[in-house]
Amino acid sequence: MQLLLSIALKHLLARKRQSFISLLGIVLGVAFFLMISALMQGSEADFIRRLIDNTPHITIVDSYRNPRLQPVQKLYPPGNTELRSVKPLSETRGIRGYEQIILYLNTLSGIRASPVLAGQALISFAGKDHAVSLNGMIPEDITTITTIANYMKEGSIDDLIASPDGIIVGTELVRQLSLNKGDNILITATTGQTRTFKILGIFRTGRADYDERQAFASIKRVQALLNRPNRANNIIIKLPDPYAAHALAAKIESKIGYKSISWQETSEDLLSLLVVRNIIMYSVVSAVLIVAAFGIYNVISTVVMEKHRDISILKSMGFHTGDIKWIFVIQGIILGSLGSLLGLPLGSAFMYTLMQIELTPPGSTEPIHIPLDWSLFQFVIASAFAMTAALAAAFLPARKGAMVQPVDVLRGSI
Amino acid sequence: MSDTALKVENLSRRLSGEVSITLIDDVSLEVRRGEFMVITGPSGSGKSSLLYLMGLLDRPSSGRIWLNDEDILTYNDDQLADTRLAELGFVFQFHFLLPEFTALENVMLPMQRLNRLSQKEIQDRAQQLLTDLGLAQQQHKLPRQLSGGQSQRVAIARALANNPLLILADEPTGNLDTHASMTVEQILKDLAHRHNHAVVVVTHETRLAASADRLITIVDGKIQNSAP
Repeated sequence: MQLLLSIALKHLLARKRQSFISLLGIVLGVAFFLMISALMQGSEADFIRRLIDNTPHITIVDSYRNPRLQPVQKLYPPGNTELRSVKPLSETRGIRGYEQIILYLNTLSGIRASPVLAGQALISFAGKDHAVSLNGMIPEDITTITTIANYMKEGSIDDLIASPDGIIVGTELVRQLSLNKGDNILITATTGQTRTFKILGIFRTGRADYDERQAFASIKRVQALLNRPNRANNIIIKLPDPYAAHALAAKIESKIGYKSISWQETSEDLLSLLVVRNIIMYSVVSAVLIVAAFGIYNVISTVVMEKHRDISILKSMGFHTGDIKWIFVIQGIILGSLGSLLGLPLGSAFMYTLMQIELTPPGSTEPIHIPLDWSLFQFVIASAFAMTAALAAAFLPARKGAMVQPVDVLRGSI
Repeated sequence: MSDTALKVENLSRRLSGEVSITLIDDVSLEVRRGEFMVITGPSGSGKSSLLYLMGLLDRPSSGRIWLNDEDILTYNDDQLADTRLAELGFVFQFHFLLPEFTALENVMLPMQRLNRLSQKEIQDRAQQLLTDLGLAQQQHKLPRQLSGGQSQRVAIARALANNPLLILADEPTGNLDTHASMTVEQILKDLAHRHNHAVVVVTHETRLAASADRLITIVDGKIQNSAP
């Protein structure tokens, strides 16, 4: 193999300019492949991370995926009898026995579950009213299960533990109602009950709607306000492996009956969009490398054409057909490997340059950096694709070269 | 060990196509060790075709070939290549050296492919062969830096690299001046007479033909005359 390698190297070095141009094609192909792939995967990962971090991995809601069978329907199965004007049995809203469900969920390894009682309420302050979605949670769980603690601008979630009458609100709400930390606000529930809450913290997620309409308080206090003692209408779950959510949600739903929605189910359309986006991205960047592969095909094809006589000599000397094929495939491997070796650092430099760019999207107040995926996988896939393209480009002329019959060349037929 | 290096029996080679062409027609001959055989004949008579068949570069349409008493037409292509590597050496009219390799590297190639010697032994033997052929000073030169005669001597050194049983030369002096021709001719004769190689040379040159141990004349693919 060392001999074949030295012959292959001599062939490439004998055509320095052609070899350099085809190498340059692969280098640029790998660099662009890496940069675009890292950019797309980075933005996808960033998007999914935000999706996963900012939403529960599984949400158990106080409803059923399929309407429950009413007692009268159990008594008179559909058939000869026809029942008209049957109304479903009235049920108190909320998840029944949520504490037992939480105990069950805690037996599943690594997961964190917390009950939520969410409801609509009206915040009144200084003669202004504002509708919000009030989330009653166990204060200790707000820090561990939600990411709201990461967005705190003033105060702390921990203050809710010490002050059960506290509330955490968003910056938009604070701005619209001219509120400040420490202010007392009156909250009216849809039942007409009112309670006074003290603003203990202010968060800012950057999503104006969320910062305007969401508020967090102690679940006990919210249960009292909404007149739904010992009730929760959601259980939110965080998993160590967010990608296990889909399977686990199905398992939980089959066990407890309540509809359990994984984040994948909630964001199904967005995830489908990402798949389509990936297909488009890989098609485009693959095209770059395929064009580069034509450069390799061209140089090896030229070498094969020019080397018919040398191939004949090597064969007459006793080189096997396979040896000849290897000589040209090795040339592809050399170009592919060198292209990857030089293309990856160049691609990394492109990526580093992109990372330095600060963008302020329309409507955003804070600048963002372009997310890039620096994982080993990106480097491996760029190299693997370059090698595959180079090998495929080399294989065709190599096969043609190996088929040269020495006697045809010696007779002068070729 | 038999004295016969190569034996062909009822060898024929036909090219099929719209018109079938007979290149070699029922040829039988034997080449012995230490023999300097010359094949001659008019252009297009089938001399080179016979040489390619004897050199296992082409397969006959019919007939049999024994090399060192082995029926080699039963071999597959890779086995034939191995046989060419170990037992045969070729010298062509145009030296056909690999242009990117120095004279020394060209001579080392067949030994490196055979892989029976260490790299040091291969280099030593290649240098010895080039020295024996008067090319000690030219060993690190590329083929384009050598004269026609020097290139042909490098090609002979390359043919001798694996100490072959049979050396086949196709018009080895056809592209050389008189002085270089005589040198190459003498080397080939020495290989047969002093080193006991079987040497078969295809040529038009009457002087070379006249000095043969055995002269075969081919006309229209058939042996016309075999002398002595």
